[in-house]
Amino acid sequence: MKNNKLKAWLYLLPAIAFLGIFMVYPLVDVFVYAFQEGFNFASQTYKGVGWHNFSYVLRDPYFLQAIKNTFIIVIITVPASTGLALLISLGLNSIKPLKNLFQTVYFLPYVTNTLAVGLVFMILFKKTAYTDGLVNLIISWFGGEGIDFIDGPYWAKMFVMCFYTVWVVMPFKILILTSALASVNEDYYKAAKIDGTSKSRIFFRITLPMISPMIFYLVITGFIGAFKAYSDEVAIFGTDLNVAGMNTIVGYVYDMLYGDSGGYPSYASAAALILFVIVLTITVINLMVSRKNVHY
Amino acid sequence: MKVVLDHLTKRFPNRAKGEPDVIAVNDFTFEIPDGKLIGLLGPSGCGKSTCLNLISGLEKPTSGKVWFGDTDVTGLEPENRGVGLVFQNYALYPHLTVRQNIMFPLQNLKGADKLSKEEMLSRAEEAARMVQIEGLMDRKPSQMSGGQQQRVAIARALVKMPRVLLLDEPLSNLDARLRLQTREEIRRIQRETGITTIFVTHDQEEAMSISDQIVVMKLGVLQQIGQPQEVYNDPINLFVAQFLGTPAINTFSGEVKGGQVFIGDEAVLPAPGVPDQKVFVGIRPEGFIPDENGAFSLDLTRIEVMGRDISVVATHPQAQSPSVRAIISSESEVGAASKKVRFSLKPKKVFLFAAESEERIRF
Repeated sequence: MKNNKLKAWLYLLPAIAFLGIFMVYPLVDVFVYAFQEGFNFASQTYKGVGWHNFSYVLRDPYFLQAIKNTFIIVIITVPASTGLALLISLGLNSIKPLKNLFQTVYFLPYVTNTLAVGLVFMILFKKTAYTDGLVNLIISWFGGEGIDFIDGPYWAKMFVMCFYTVWVVMPFKILILTSALASVNEDYYKAAKIDGTSKSRIFFRITLPMISPMIFYLVITGFIGAFKAYSDEVAIFGTDLNVAGMNTIVGYVYDMLYGDSGGYPSYASAAALILFVIVLTITVINLMVSRKNVHY
Repeated sequence: MKVVLDHLTKRFPNRAKGEPDVIAVNDFTFEIPDGKLIGLLGPSGCGKSTCLNLISGLEKPTSGKVWFGDTDVTGLEPENRGVGLVFQNYALYPHLTVRQNIMFPLQNLKGADKLSKEEMLSRAEEAARMVQIEGLMDRKPSQMSGGQQQRVAIARALVKMPRVLLLDEPLSNLDARLRLQTREEIRRIQRETGITTIFVTHDQEEAMSISDQIVVMKLGVLQQIGQPQEVYNDPINLFVAQFLGTPAINTFSGEVKGGQVFIGDEAVLPAPGVPDQKVFVGIRPEGFIPDENGAFSLDLTRIEVMGRDISVVATHPQAQSPSVRAIISSESEVGAASKKVRFSLKPKKVFLFAAESEERIRF
């Protein structure tokens, strides 16, 4: 018996070691950094322990901007991408010819490099000395006035950002939802048809409840993913996000660590913990809602 | 409501390219009298489910017509036909309670047919009482046994008072004991409501036990229609004879020579007036009478005593199956030690079929 316990620990050792070094230790370290006041990276010393890092971060206008940006991106892109993905999946599910072709086309963004996609968006939206960008060309075609989407007003930049985010996250959602739709037993629809159920009622009373677990999964992972947005912003607006006014919380954390004004692991850790608390709260709310609404 | 199928045919394009179409239902013509329970019977893939779908309207026939009473419903959508359909897997909506499931068809009604909430509840209540699940109205399907789910499915099909009730393999997902119970239940419900009911099954025992009439199908072609006992006693061809009855009929290859039926070199039965030819001889298990001087001998394998009956398992070189089974009363004496057993045959339990066409030869 004792021998067995020893063996068990031995087998678990590699996993525990890796998890300990790369997961648990950094997590603990983030907590420690976040509460060390006046930490000096070079000498590895600090002056005291307290909440100063948090109050600094929460008063930093760059961080407040980052929070605002992140929330706008989350609130717009998660519902928009999930809704659009559902519409497209329903469409894909109801067509027969060219179904595979369309499925592939819709899935392409998922396997495309973020930076390459960013480049395409630059061509579409950026104003340069030579061209106003494709979108501006179209706008002026219809008699509108061109806008600088990359270096222009805040809402224009935010529009591009949300558009880009929705476009990037949708393929995965379409993939999940088309398979969820396909897995609904055909007999439910036959039974509904025999009973003369209207199309909208079939959708809201049968299809939607049947795929609701998948929708909630997508919403929860979508929220978490959008809160962690960073690389997409860099792909479009470059690394200096604070100047562009398009920074996100994760971007702020990165800047505090390695940016031009960086070298402050304490502030970075505090910001990361704040993000963690936000994501945790939202996820718990999500789970509570889904428990009420997801059946079986 | 009388249901008439008139030269009904359904072809499906073959999955393999260039192959001819699959004819699932081939030129069906028969009439289902009002208020009867009909069993559509045949082996898997014989087109019985397609036939049901054609009646329900889920599939449109390639040619031919379906009549409900004096109305041609061939072009009507399923919801306008007034049919109730019970699926093999019940297709109960898992996220709705029993009450919501039963009320679902009523909530679809529009215009003049629209019901008030109270009416819907009382109709649902009534349908639930009919199948005796009124105590389970607030459960979800996952919280019920297969038999209870089956009842809910029947209640949901009955609640809108269909003109025709269709059941697709209604018992195949139930265990043996429940199957016996439920088939009685289906019979009772059908009697009480008087709704013309058509059910599909591959289990001949099921079909024979509760149907007013059975329809035997094979590869999309209708073989025989009639009362169960009638079809059993008077099969039209070898397929029907072999398909009905447990244990199955024993088939031997034989010959008619000079008005005598020969199996091997034993003349087992006189067949006056039948021209000389090669035949298949079908003998029902209950058609054997142990008789020391009998004309027909079998090589005994073993004897199975089953209380009321004795089952004699034997072999015969001319038999089409590896073993021959005879069921005799337990009072008769067959020596388990003997190698050969001799039988005389009950003429009514012996059928002759032409060797080529497998059609019945009457004598």
